[in-house]
Amino acid sequence: MKADATLDCVGLYCPMPIYNTASKLKELKPGQVLEVLASDEAIKADAPAWCQATGNELLGIEEEGGEYKVYIKKSK
Amino acid sequence: MSEKVTLIMFSGDMDKALAAFNLAVGASSMGMEVSMFFTFWGLNLLKKNEGPIKSQGIMRKMLNFMNRGGSKRLPLSKFHMFGLGKWMMSRLMRDINSPSPQELLTLAHQSGVKFMACTTSMGIMGISKDALIPEVDSYAGVATYLAEAKEGKVNLFI
Repeated sequence: MKADATLDCVGLYCPMPIYNTASKLKELKPGQVLEVLASDEAIKADAPAWCQATGNELLGIEEEGGEYKVYIKKSK
Repeated sequence: MSEKVTLIMFSGDMDKALAAFNLAVGASSMGMEVSMFFTFWGLNLLKKNEGPIKSQGIMRKMLNFMNRGGSKRLPLSKFHMFGLGKWMMSRLMRDINSPSPQELLTLAHQSGVKFMACTTSMGIMGISKDALIPEVDSYAGVATYLAEAKEGKVNLFI
């Protein structure tokens, strides 16, 4: 999936991936896509929950070799 | 209007502080408005790490000596073992890049979490405003907390 920016959260645990995602997304424009790289499994549940709470769109989560790529589209 | 979260910080334990600050940072990252009300032992989280805590009278002096506080001095609620357990826990946390209580406190403050200190506890324990960190947003009592909690979606006593 193509992204406008990438955020590396590999090796970080809760609440850092969510905190960093929220901070990073502020730098993006509506419609742009952020790719979040993470190794903490919680991201699989937390990313959808965070997107639902904040009104951003979760485009997908890819899993490969214990690492996760999360794609979030900034909505507003 | 964004949803409100209120946390009563009653405990001065490091592990409970970690859980609470973690929640606070998480909630504010989710666009929620967070207030933390620090009372009793929880005031230890807001005490400055540097310098002595000056207070009046022998009993308050003794209390503030034995209960020095400060975000770097919080004991573990379990397996503290005169600091050995805490030292080990801090090392384990550093191993996985997990932030310390003081780092989480700073993150929480930077992300707009409001810190309120309970003036009754401050009075009982002889803790002056000078003894607390400048991140404290306001000094308040039960009505202020309840007015916020009434509007809160998530209210926790920690």
